[in-house]
Amino acid sequence: MTQPILQVDDLATYFGHVDKPVRAVDGVSFSIAPGQTFALLGESGCGKSMTALSLLQLVPAPAGRIIRGRINFMGQDLLRYSEAQMRTVRGNEIAMIFQEPMTALNPVLTVGQQIIETLQQHKQMDYAAALQRTLALLDAVRIPAPKSRIHDYPHQLSGGMKQRVMIALTLACEPKLLIADEPTTALDVTIQAQVLNLIKDLQRDTGMAVLLITHDLGIVADNVDQVAVMYAGQIVETASRDAFFSNPRHPYSKKLFAALPTRHKRGQTLEIIKGSVPRLNRIFSGCRFVDRCDFAWQACHDAAPLWLAEADKGVRCHLYDPKVAKAAELNPAIASPTPSASATFTSTTEAPLLRVHDLKVHFPIRKGLFKKTVGHVFAVDGVSLEIGTGRTVALVGESGCGKTTVGKAILQLVTTSAGQVHYADMPYGQLDKATQRRFRGEVQIIFQDPYSSLNPRMQVGEIIAEGLDVQEPTLTPAQRQQRIAELLAHVGLPDEAISRYPHEFSGGQRQRVSIARALAVNPKLLVCDEPTSALDLSVQAQILNLLKSLQDKLGLSYLFITHNLLVVEYLAHEVAVMYLGRLVEYGNVESVLNQPLHPYTRALLAAAPVFDQQGKQQLHALEGEIPSPIAPPAGCHFHTRCPQVMPICRTHYPIATRQAEGHRVSCHLYSDVARQQTK
Amino acid sequence: MTQKIQRHWLVWPTVLAGVMAILWLVVIAMYQVDPVYLISDKLVTLLVIFVIYLIAYIRTKEHLRAPWREVFHRKLAMIALIFISVYLVIALIDSIHFRLPLQKNTVTEQAQYETRVLSLFDVLVMPLRKRVEHSYSAPFASYGLAKETLELAAGREVRDYPRLRYGGTHLSDPNSQTLTDVARSLAKAGLITLVIWIVLVAASIYLLAWQQGQGWNEKRQQIWREQTIVPWRVVFATWGVVLFIITSLIILSADYHVFGTDKVGQDVLYLSLKSIRTGVLIGTLATLVMLPFAVLLGMMAGYFRGIIDDIIQYIYTTLSSIPGVLLIAAAILSIQLYIAAHKDTYTLVEKHSDLRLVFLCIILGITSWTGLCRLLRGETLKIREIDYIQAATALGVSHFRILSRHVLPNVMHIVLIAVVLDFSALVLAEAVLSYVGIGVDQSTNSWGNMINTARLELAREPAVWWPLLSAFVLMFILVLAANLFSDAVRDAFDPKLRRLSGRV
Amino acid sequence: MYAYIIRRVLYAIPILLGVNVLTFALFFWVNSPDDMARMHLGMKRVDQAAIVKWKQDRGYDKPMLFNPKASGIEQLTDTVFYNKTITLFAFDFGNSDDDRNINRDIQKRMWPSLAIAIPTFIIGLLFNITFAMLLAFFRATYVDIWGVISCVILMSVSGMFYIIGGQYLVSKLLHLVPISGYDHGIDAIKFLILPVTIGVISGIGAGTRWYRTIFLEEISKDYVRTARAKGLSEFRVLFRHVLKNAMIPILTGVVVVIPSLFMGSLITESFFGIPGLGSYTIDAIRQQDFSIVRAMVFLGSAMYILGLVLTDISYTLVDPRIRLE
Repeated sequence: MTQPILQVDDLATYFGHVDKPVRAVDGVSFSIAPGQTFALLGESGCGKSMTALSLLQLVPAPAGRIIRGRINFMGQDLLRYSEAQMRTVRGNEIAMIFQEPMTALNPVLTVGQQIIETLQQHKQMDYAAALQRTLALLDAVRIPAPKSRIHDYPHQLSGGMKQRVMIALTLACEPKLLIADEPTTALDVTIQAQVLNLIKDLQRDTGMAVLLITHDLGIVADNVDQVAVMYAGQIVETASRDAFFSNPRHPYSKKLFAALPTRHKRGQTLEIIKGSVPRLNRIFSGCRFVDRCDFAWQACHDAAPLWLAEADKGVRCHLYDPKVAKAAELNPAIASPTPSASATFTSTTEAPLLRVHDLKVHFPIRKGLFKKTVGHVFAVDGVSLEIGTGRTVALVGESGCGKTTVGKAILQLVTTSAGQVHYADMPYGQLDKATQRRFRGEVQIIFQDPYSSLNPRMQVGEIIAEGLDVQEPTLTPAQRQQRIAELLAHVGLPDEAISRYPHEFSGGQRQRVSIARALAVNPKLLVCDEPTSALDLSVQAQILNLLKSLQDKLGLSYLFITHNLLVVEYLAHEVAVMYLGRLVEYGNVESVLNQPLHPYTRALLAAAPVFDQQGKQQLHALEGEIPSPIAPPAGCHFHTRCPQVMPICRTHYPIATRQAEGHRVSCHLYSDVARQQTK
Repeated sequence: MTQKIQRHWLVWPTVLAGVMAILWLVVIAMYQVDPVYLISDKLVTLLVIFVIYLIAYIRTKEHLRAPWREVFHRKLAMIALIFISVYLVIALIDSIHFRLPLQKNTVTEQAQYETRVLSLFDVLVMPLRKRVEHSYSAPFASYGLAKETLELAAGREVRDYPRLRYGGTHLSDPNSQTLTDVARSLAKAGLITLVIWIVLVAASIYLLAWQQGQGWNEKRQQIWREQTIVPWRVVFATWGVVLFIITSLIILSADYHVFGTDKVGQDVLYLSLKSIRTGVLIGTLATLVMLPFAVLLGMMAGYFRGIIDDIIQYIYTTLSSIPGVLLIAAAILSIQLYIAAHKDTYTLVEKHSDLRLVFLCIILGITSWTGLCRLLRGETLKIREIDYIQAATALGVSHFRILSRHVLPNVMHIVLIAVVLDFSALVLAEAVLSYVGIGVDQSTNSWGNMINTARLELAREPAVWWPLLSAFVLMFILVLAANLFSDAVRDAFDPKLRRLSGRV
Repeated sequence: MYAYIIRRVLYAIPILLGVNVLTFALFFWVNSPDDMARMHLGMKRVDQAAIVKWKQDRGYDKPMLFNPKASGIEQLTDTVFYNKTITLFAFDFGNSDDDRNINRDIQKRMWPSLAIAIPTFIIGLLFNITFAMLLAFFRATYVDIWGVISCVILMSVSGMFYIIGGQYLVSKLLHLVPISGYDHGIDAIKFLILPVTIGVISGIGAGTRWYRTIFLEEISKDYVRTARAKGLSEFRVLFRHVLKNAMIPILTGVVVVIPSLFMGSLITESFFGIPGLGSYTIDAIRQQDFSIVRAMVFLGSAMYILGLVLTDISYTLVDPRIRLE
């Protein structure tokens, strides 16, 4: 075996007060071979980013400090390096890409200045040489027209472009090790695929090692050689990619796979990991996962499991420790849960609960002395869909496509420019104020960010009661109290939550409070705006299960707005794919996902890193980026990125055509007119 | 958690306010005084009641208590708070005004009162007020500053420094005895302080132990090891310092003029203590006056946007574009004219200078509300886009309810920070304005007026430096304490700053 | 850009009009010109004739807003409001109550004010930013903690104590420079050293603390971490990355006061006997000369609005994200 390029031993980084530190990284060991891609997988708050910052000694001082450990990089212990010596390593031998491309670049320096600066720092290049090298780098990360882009400021670039610049910046000095901290989390799926492919290609060309930090099993499946799973400040399992995906060993790893929503799990409840990640400011006597583990027994409470290393893998669990484990414990149903009889979905024939017809939301852009309207943001530009009682319609699209605006327009939270929303055959948008306020109760919304959706100054009881007070002001205090208690029970929160404040709850629990608030007014339709995308995988499953069971119990309808195709496959009955303010494809979930017609839908499916146990697959990246909704391209909005573009696409917007039963698509590939023209 | 019977939070402040009112009535009846309610006194009363209710409210809300706990945990903040409290107490007892009864007129049987309006503070420090010398004298002096023609017993006249009427009269040879006498007095003060301090601290520890159901010894050790939220060790030490200052001032001013006397022989310590009320009142009332406008308008502009926003923005841009001093000058000049033209209405000197003080507070409030209003508008613009407001709108909650239940509680920390920050700036502003001649009335005791006269006194030969020093020391302590305290409040309440200061 | 400036200038008109209405209301409605005349001529034993004459001399005898006796447009223009207010827009301030031309006074007295204000402003800014950078460099060490505490102590002292103390120490005890007064030309320097020094010192506390907060806020941003991850030295991070970004919030507070500099400082000029606009204003206030006070109010407001426009323009110089349209 070759000498590892990086060997980390027993690294510990603590935060906060000396007496009661937060042990963000608590004894982490791993090693990376040259040219290898090593994934550090874990949920938020498990200490994976802090591990990366510790490697470069960039832990924010004085709050954070490295307590102990050895970081052996190419034969040198970095922790013995002085700050001046570290500076020769940073950016030169070890470079790092950060999660948020929007803020990671200096806004007042040009792209060129920021890259050239690095070159001058480490390679003592003169300006001309550095400029040449920078142009080459920008070209290497496939930034079009690097000669003009080099003088751009970060705000003139899109998110994907910024991340490319960031990659160019890190590659400038040809580092031996690249640390990529959630490099694509802030990006859309199609852009994510582009960036991941780029890193993979560059790695192949330069032979550098990559430490990829991520929470996304899909990314791990596609891109890495070796996987380490982190939990609560420790590594609980390492294995090669194949071994990890074919036979995850630690109960936590197993659970992660089980909690992943996929189409195969339709109609059954997802495996969940109960509870949430423990706080790291306490001292653990036993296993850190014990409270959430299905296999836990007394030994797990009594003693912390030791690291059990074998050749190229290892696990930290009593189950695999022959000294502790009882033979019987090794056998329980580790196999993935067998699909139970999946419930059949009968399509309803009665009138749909909600009908949206040709909905348009245009935000005016005002300029000049008298705030004259000089243009519009065509956020939503003619969307029609129907939601039946008890059905879930998923609205899928990349950020900026207008999907959230559709949800808000249905709730009349934004003013619609044209089109109708009929709720139970009543024109919802045109009701007078009083009636509308009464009808507010019928349609409710759940937001993406569990931290901003609850007023931090109100107790959970007050939050839930708010809707009751408006919609049912006649309730007596006792009845009101009773209802709140019922609602809390409905969403699986304890009774005492009533007098507590949102900050005392975890993200998943907050999302439950949000659901309870919405349910308080007995809605028939819930608009769920990415309700799980801010949550960790293990918690996401809890919320999805809850939404599903509520639908079964209360007959709710959902408009489920998301970018996550895995969730769509698991939960939705119908899918609407949205691109730049318009629906491009609409149909029931089986036909859309199995036989996607629109090139955009196909691209989305191809770009999503699908968790797949078979083997590596190259992500099919879609070229280009989503155009601005201020000036959508003429003709079909998608023609600028479409791999199957035809002349007609550049001039005419395709009308929706009905393909299979209930499956509509807006694409010239399927329109008779276009076909005739091409003949 | 122990399940106590939960009384409504309005109960105890109401009881407290009631007890205070009854106490006052009893005092009036017992001492036969004629209460005088100046406008500023009424405003102070209003402010005190408001603060009492506010504290009661804060105690019910955990999210409000938590940052305060952090403030009280800071040692510097607690030291500052203790000094501020001393100032506040002096300002409060100096705001209780009345006229003392004269000897009863036996003929008419009608109660008659002195024309001079006194405050409770005046009564407490009556000796200070009454011991008036001829003219200037230095601190701890026994002789006047300037030579006078003295008549000796033999009828001969000689020019020499006169002995003071009150300062150092007990000394036979002041030149040699003053130092030892002062030292002796300080030692006496130290001893008395020690006794009071021990009793006070013991009682406090006992009370704390009793309140939290702990043993006396346990609590004592906890405090000594600084394991309590409030740093009691530091608090007790500060009490000691404050007690020592107060007792030594009391003991020393029985024999001396600690800060000397001014031109007409008034005790400078008395004058600077009386100035406390002016400073504190301006620091608090000016903010109180502006607060409702700033909060309401700022929130409305940010929440409703459109034409309402345009109008409110126009108003505050216009007001803030006028240089503050000039606006105050313009307003005060007009009011001066107004008071001069309506002289008959304000017969009492106190009433007429009080009116000017109140007007100054109002006008200072008007010039300083625009900054807060702008801040609140910006914050409301942000808050109204946050999901929980959207959720409330989706539930059909009315605008008023959204403003009062969602927006207001989430901008309160900004209001609080502004109030605390403004305090020290206003105290400093008072001095400047009084110097310019657009501050408080000449007859009102204020540090600004003291500095104004001190400037010329410093040019005298020998220089009269003690009024300036006295004003400087008292003002500096108050402003420094207020600044330190407001720093702590800002750190605790501003989430952005908390991140910056690097604490987790 | 030009369109933006024109728009801002147009927007200034209603604001200045508002300022004028406000001062007009304060001076002419709360108090009638009769009151003013009585004030000026002495409160007691004033005969009506003298008051009428005083008013006539100064044009206060006309109707306030509307003149029914005049005809046509003069019904509006032949009024106190028009004569005393609208003329201000042409920066024609007329005569003071003791009959001196205010424009000429301003032109003469702005130079001493500038001679003090500009050096104080520039040196103060340099000192404050330097100290703030130092504190930011040594953040969370004892240097920083004690630096901040010193700042708080410095800013807790009233500006007047700095002046009185400085005058007493430097001029009266040490006899280094004259206590007060002013001279023209090169001789002015000996009169300027002390006020400028004191002006700088009295601003250090608040200024340093404020800029330190701005620097610390910038330092906590992501791009600083990126810069460090590139291997740049802390010095380079501060000066190249942080300082350039911090200029944006710093400019907000700094540029807005530049046009008002020539208005001078009331306190400094009055204590040091400098014949600038500050002492001019303070004298006017003490003599209750309403014409001068109104002129200075208008001038101050106009300069403030100019400052706001300059602030916006200066943003485009340091922040590439901002384009004025």
